[in-house]
Amino acid sequence: MQVPAPFEYERATSVDHAIGLLDRLGESARLVAGGHSLLPMMKLRLTDLEYLIDINGLHDELGYIRVTSDEVRIGAMTRHRELLESAELAEVFPVFAEAERVIADPLVRNRGTLGGSLCQADPSEDLSAVCGALDAVCVLRGPGGGRTVPMTAFHLGPYETALGPGEMLVEVRLPVRPGGSSAFEKVERRAGDWAVAAVAAAVWLEDGRCTDAGLGLTAVGPHTVRVDGIAEALRGREPSEDLYARAGAIAAAACDPTTDGRGGAEYKRHLVEELTRRALRRAFVRTGRP
Amino acid sequence: MTAVHDDKPLGHGRMLRKEDPRFVRGRGRYVDDVRLPGMLHLAILRSPVAHARIVSVDTAAAEAHPKVRAVVTGAGLAEQGLAWMPTLSNDVQAVLATDKVRFQGQEVAFVVAEDHYAARDALELIDVEYDVLDPVVDARTALAEGAPVIRDDLEGKSDNHVFDWETGDEAATEAVFARADVVVTEDIVYPRVHPSPMETCGAVADFDPVEGRLTLWSTTQAPHAHRTLYAMVAGLPEHKIRVISPDIGGGFGNKVPIYPGYVCAIVASLVVGKPVKWMEDRSENLISTGFARDYVMRGEIAATRDGRILGIRTNVLADHGAFNAQAAPSKYPAGFFGVFTGSYDIEAAHARMTAVYTNKAPGGVAYACSFRITEAVYLVERIVDCLAHELEMDPVELRSRNLIRPEQFPYTTKTGWVYDSGDYEPTLREAMRIAGYDALREEQAEKRARGELMGIGVSFFTEAVGAGPRKNMDILGLGMADGCELRVHPTGKAVVRLSVQSQGQGHETTFAQIVAEEIGIPPDDIDVVHGDTDNTPFGLGTYGSRSTPVSGAAAVMVARKVRDKARIIASGMLEASVADLEWTKGAFAVKGDPERSVTIQEVALRAHGAGDLPDGIEGGLEAQVCYNPENLTYPHGAYVCVVDVDPGTAQVKVRRFVAVDDCGTRINPMIIEGQVHGGLADGVGMALMEMISFDEDGNCLGGSFMDYLLPTALEVPDWETGYTVTPSPHHPIGAKGVGESATVGSPPAVVNAVVDALKPFGVRHADMPLTPSRVWDAMRGRARPPF
Repeated sequence: MQVPAPFEYERATSVDHAIGLLDRLGESARLVAGGHSLLPMMKLRLTDLEYLIDINGLHDELGYIRVTSDEVRIGAMTRHRELLESAELAEVFPVFAEAERVIADPLVRNRGTLGGSLCQADPSEDLSAVCGALDAVCVLRGPGGGRTVPMTAFHLGPYETALGPGEMLVEVRLPVRPGGSSAFEKVERRAGDWAVAAVAAAVWLEDGRCTDAGLGLTAVGPHTVRVDGIAEALRGREPSEDLYARAGAIAAAACDPTTDGRGGAEYKRHLVEELTRRALRRAFVRTGRP
Repeated sequence: MTAVHDDKPLGHGRMLRKEDPRFVRGRGRYVDDVRLPGMLHLAILRSPVAHARIVSVDTAAAEAHPKVRAVVTGAGLAEQGLAWMPTLSNDVQAVLATDKVRFQGQEVAFVVAEDHYAARDALELIDVEYDVLDPVVDARTALAEGAPVIRDDLEGKSDNHVFDWETGDEAATEAVFARADVVVTEDIVYPRVHPSPMETCGAVADFDPVEGRLTLWSTTQAPHAHRTLYAMVAGLPEHKIRVISPDIGGGFGNKVPIYPGYVCAIVASLVVGKPVKWMEDRSENLISTGFARDYVMRGEIAATRDGRILGIRTNVLADHGAFNAQAAPSKYPAGFFGVFTGSYDIEAAHARMTAVYTNKAPGGVAYACSFRITEAVYLVERIVDCLAHELEMDPVELRSRNLIRPEQFPYTTKTGWVYDSGDYEPTLREAMRIAGYDALREEQAEKRARGELMGIGVSFFTEAVGAGPRKNMDILGLGMADGCELRVHPTGKAVVRLSVQSQGQGHETTFAQIVAEEIGIPPDDIDVVHGDTDNTPFGLGTYGSRSTPVSGAAAVMVARKVRDKARIIASGMLEASVADLEWTKGAFAVKGDPERSVTIQEVALRAHGAGDLPDGIEGGLEAQVCYNPENLTYPHGAYVCVVDVDPGTAQVKVRRFVAVDDCGTRINPMIIEGQVHGGLADGVGMALMEMISFDEDGNCLGGSFMDYLLPTALEVPDWETGYTVTPSPHHPIGAKGVGESATVGSPPAVVNAVVDALKPFGVRHADMPLTPSRVWDAMRGRARPPF
């Protein structure tokens, strides 16, 4: 059995309590939500944290999906399984349930959270691309109060976020506009594995023409939660195979994959192109006006 | 989809497993469940690099840890003469490194502490200074001029050569190749894979200094062989060593070798005078324990234009890692790879092999491979498909034309193996029937016309399982035979004691069924004892599908011996001559007078009772045998795999898998199907995703289940199984082994199916593991071997 080095543990009873602890303990402290990234790292002794602040008690406060006509607000402690099973969310953003269906396995989905996924800032993580495609805004709270950061600015690089000292992610906000739909495409070597590559696509259609689009990529580079130039390329145009191919080419050019055990860089770039076309095709079909 | 195959099973057939109630209710007892008063915990410090000289090891800080009771290094073991131990292949392996570390994950030092956590914490306090050396990672460069010499511990060793081996007739093979219409050559790699049993390896050593007695609970597939080897290594008298192998959570060959950790646990208990537990974690299991395969093979096949196979030859480079610790019979350095001629009647064959040391974990025979038959069958079934590709012939038709015919059995292959029995054509036909082969080919043609990629792969294998006989086969001088002891209690219940050790195969059921069939006592009344050297007769253990062929035969013979004695006692009870008695399962009756009969239970009571016994007959009803098989048994099978490949993403989906197995007489069809299902999943895993790979520095890239992928239920189809029955002529009930058949037979079927799907791209071969990325490379004409 792999066991972690000694650490101290405290269970937070409120967001304010958690922030207070973070503020007091400084960089030697880490929040643990679902723990499916942090605990394996601790067991492999890859972290040097001294304090673990358990925020699983905050699920009542931060576990929610609120859908209104112009916005969806999701609490940071909302579990994967809740995102998977929310019919309300799937109605507005089907990309969530599609991504969740292929994230890890039921054990991980029962524990893992939206906030934990985004804050881990692992380029191989799927929900970051989903939130990027949907133009999400991250709501942070810290000792000095709250602020918002767009998803595109939340990840500074692999495993690095815009969170300042004592700050925590409390909510993710997703703008809702009419005529939209979305889709998720992923290739993995095996069920439950991290993506070889994945694509989240969101599109908006009015009078048969695309009014806006967003595309997020997984596992193909450090800065791919939202691909630049996609909206510009699609806006004002009618959905077509040519259009999907053009978007695929933009995405393939924008990504920066590396060769590793999951696949060769060239293959991953090919996947980005292929999966972009598939995701856009399905997303447009879903708007009801392909 | 699986039909219930209950024709012709032995006796009680498809009974539920007797051991399952304790497993499904969480009452199994594994090594890690052993908790003894005062027990301490051992953790091993492992090398972070693949090849380095050890400059210094500073243990002072670890020794100062308040919960640490001992810290032992290689130098410490060397003082006791215990730093090196023999391997199962007559090499030596470091228990703890003294001079150099030779693979990443090698054992360097161990800590004994009051709890597992403190032991792990103290490992971080040991300071080892390494002088890093260039590693040998790619076996193809191991014998290159100027390659670093890994085994400079061996006197006079100046290269990384382990052994050369050859079999068959080189000149005769050259002659048939020279006159063949068609010769096909293909480089075929069987990558390094790992058995990954659910339970990792571990031990609890308890040395009693007063009695001078060592009790060792350990995860071993061969408790008796291990006991003898511990006696040799540690110098303890063998009668003072008791090895207990309790419930084992999967073995697959991974638990045949003796690992340094077992020896460390024993040494620790000797040093501190307390029981000591060592239980490795998942990463330790993956990076340091017995791997499998790692063969780089060049296959060549010669044939006539009309598809008559004339000869097969191969040249193999075998990567044995840093120590030659492969578990194989002494006279078989390449295991049973010599059966690479497969199921075909050919004119000549030849194989040449060179084995080398590399800076990787030692091992080499594991993962349900029947001593390298997995590699042999993969080679022949792949190269036959390459031939079919060149001849533009249906692969089933090509196989069918060349199968050994039933009247040729017993059949001596061109490499000297005597196949005991087989009737191949019906097995192949049955697989085609279940699969609906012709309809599948029609569907494939339609799909290809639409640009869809569907593949149909076939393999036909012959296995060789049940080692010995002892005159040919031994491990470190211990003959491969197995004992069995049967005792019938006064009330007619019985206990049968085996020398083999179940790791999940269902011995407690199968062996009760065998004995029940022979002496007529219901299987529920027969207790099966195994895995405890103090309470079972000597034998070589369970691996290479040898339990039923060897120990199963021993169980038959011992039961017949008991029945013979029972017959004499019954003749006294019935006042009839032995020749006048008729045995119907469970009772003796006087011929022609069935009213005069006694049951086996009544005989058992008489055997232990106060009544008279026939002259010269001792009381009691028990017997013991040691069974020495006269040959291996040769099960066979025909497998069909259907895959769909996504042309855009190159992902492979295994849609169907048909497995028709012939393992001779079937004892419990349910257990057979379970074994087949597991082996098929293994095969899909190896074909599509499993590989222990290394970077250029020799770092193992497969050290966790995130990196070393095992298939899940979502990657495997609903297995479709069938069977034929060709009994073994020399096994007392005609049974053959089956445990590894599916692992041996399935990888070529899957790969053949994927390659068949890629036929529109002109692909003739692609190496495992066929991950999406590697399949995509193959589609683009750039299939690369997995280095």
